[in-house]
Amino acid sequence: MLDAATESAPLVRIQGLSKHFPIHAGLIRRQVGVISAVDRLTFDIRRGETLGLVGESGCGKSTAGRTILRLYEATEGAIIFDGTDIAGLSGEQLRRMRPRMQMIFQDPQACLNPRMTVGQIIAEPLDEHGSLSRADKRARVEELLDAVGMNKGFANRYPHEFSGGQRQRIGIARALALDPDFIVCDEPIAALDVSIQAQVVNLLEDLQERLGLTYLFISHDLSMVRHIADRVAVMYLGKMAELASRDALYHEPLHPYTRALLSAVPVADPKIEATRKRVILQGDVPSPANPPKGCRFCTRCPIAVDKCQWEVPEWREARPGHFVACHLAE
Amino acid sequence: MKDLPAGATTIPVLEVENLSTVFATQDGAVHAVNGVSFDLRPGELLGVVGESGSGKSVTMMSLLKLLPMPPARIASGSVKLGGRDILTVSDAELREVRGGKVGFVFQDPMTSLNPVFTVGYQLMEPLREHMGLSKAEARRRAAELLGLVGIPSPEKRLEDYPHQFSGGMRQRVMIAIALACDPQVLIADEPTTALDVTIQAQILDLVKELRERLGMAIVWVTHDLGVVAGIADRVMVMYGGQVVEQAGVHALFEDPRHPYTRALLETLPDMDGGRSARLRSIPGQPPVLRDVPTACPFAPRCAHAFEQCHRANPPLEPVGEGHLVSCWWDYARTGTGPEENTHA
Repeated sequence: MLDAATESAPLVRIQGLSKHFPIHAGLIRRQVGVISAVDRLTFDIRRGETLGLVGESGCGKSTAGRTILRLYEATEGAIIFDGTDIAGLSGEQLRRMRPRMQMIFQDPQACLNPRMTVGQIIAEPLDEHGSLSRADKRARVEELLDAVGMNKGFANRYPHEFSGGQRQRIGIARALALDPDFIVCDEPIAALDVSIQAQVVNLLEDLQERLGLTYLFISHDLSMVRHIADRVAVMYLGKMAELASRDALYHEPLHPYTRALLSAVPVADPKIEATRKRVILQGDVPSPANPPKGCRFCTRCPIAVDKCQWEVPEWREARPGHFVACHLAE
Repeated sequence: MKDLPAGATTIPVLEVENLSTVFATQDGAVHAVNGVSFDLRPGELLGVVGESGSGKSVTMMSLLKLLPMPPARIASGSVKLGGRDILTVSDAELREVRGGKVGFVFQDPMTSLNPVFTVGYQLMEPLREHMGLSKAEARRRAAELLGLVGIPSPEKRLEDYPHQFSGGMRQRVMIAIALACDPQVLIADEPTTALDVTIQAQILDLVKELRERLGMAIVWVTHDLGVVAGIADRVMVMYGGQVVEQAGVHALFEDPRHPYTRALLETLPDMDGGRSARLRSIPGQPPVLRDVPTACPFAPRCAHAFEQCHRANPPLEPVGEGHLVSCWWDYARTGTGPEENTHA
């Protein structure tokens, strides 16, 4: 899958993408600062690949995903989707691009309207963007339910009648309704039990193979990302820290944060756990309203030097296809 | 496995026997916990693993009657702490035990700390209540406890409110409160689930260190098999409101006997498998416990289930050194378990 992807041009090119949220305070709600949730990201998503985007809560990974889909207005930067910069599009032009990019959300409880039937939920994008007859729409809904492994008869039921895993399948069916090329999966399995997580991940993989989908898979679960992703990007406090092929990232991480993150993941084997040496980071993630001046990781970095305190490390290709933002990485 | 601290005996500090908890709901009864038995030895860390709805949290809440009653009702069982059944003691005595001999840490530190009182006040309350310390003594001890759990400048932070702490720091505060009265038993219910992995690593490190220094027994509830592998001495696996397997941590990971435990371990992504290997999943859904199960609760999802599994609920039987399993298939396969026809 990766081989095929390397040859083709990227489906999505992100260039210098930032998203800043204003902070308002005081009686007249004057803007007193900004939270730079996402700060100058530059990376490509290749056609047909799964790019894993990992990081801890508050690192900006979900904001990045939503900004790429134009669910948030980008503060600066370009989002080039299949040759068109969608960051500047508006109105009808943007609307015409929307069917090609979809999203699957974390909480399948919150993202399904409880007053709509499953059939109505899945058909809603078809009403909005298509012009199918009633019968065709019905057939399409059944086809989609079938594709996500659910009984066709479920179209007339309501979301509360289903379990978490089944609701996530409904969310996936809705995302597929308009035949998208690109799907942002925002923590799609975080709310599910372990035995159900595997079902949903297998479904996402099957669909990708059958429909040639491109995924941006946002997750904090590093072992699941290692399973599903072709390449993996690591974010810290709004910045991209590292991006590489899966094997390179897990075997030869270049950024000290990636190393700490990988070493913090518990392994389900008591023998390995007993002998493992962990990099335990000191302290907490600083506030994104007042990030450190130089490298954003410098306050917790075990190997930081003076330069890291005042100079922002450049995002560079340290090895072919292996990007990192660290002064000390070779 | 860690050695028990010097002077530890093998007499359990906590003995739970045949505990059952039922909830009355609008749609009828839910039998959340059915006949759970386990014991906890001094200085030991028992990991409790299970998915949502397996009854692991309800079991822990039932131990100290922390559930709202009604709708909850403890239908049967005993919980012996140092030989005394705490399910039958008076409310006043129960208050002594809660936060005194038994400390509790919950999953979400934001909802279990009171937002309108300072952290110092909440730390000093159990010290004054259970240990009868004066205000000044309690204050000194509270600062000491915050220092113990690794919070910088503890004296100053006593004045702060919960919202002024980060998630990881709040969970440290919760641990400090739980440790305030030198408990014999610490019950931690998914204490790191809401935290990021790097913060989780800090907390796990802290608990390991505190346990060595203070020598208390710990029950650690989690759904994360990786966390259990790293810190537990023994592991108890729960499914459908009952214990399906119990074993030493090495035995459990090397020789899992119950099909549910085996399936759970197989669903984890293989660290070197990558995409070529498909994830194993467990088909179907966990049971809704409308009635006291009369069959194995895992049977409908089990790859090995046969006729007997749908007819009778297997008892939890010893199948090896300190290894207990509740599974007809395993008994038949290994020639262990109860007599074949006891259920007929």
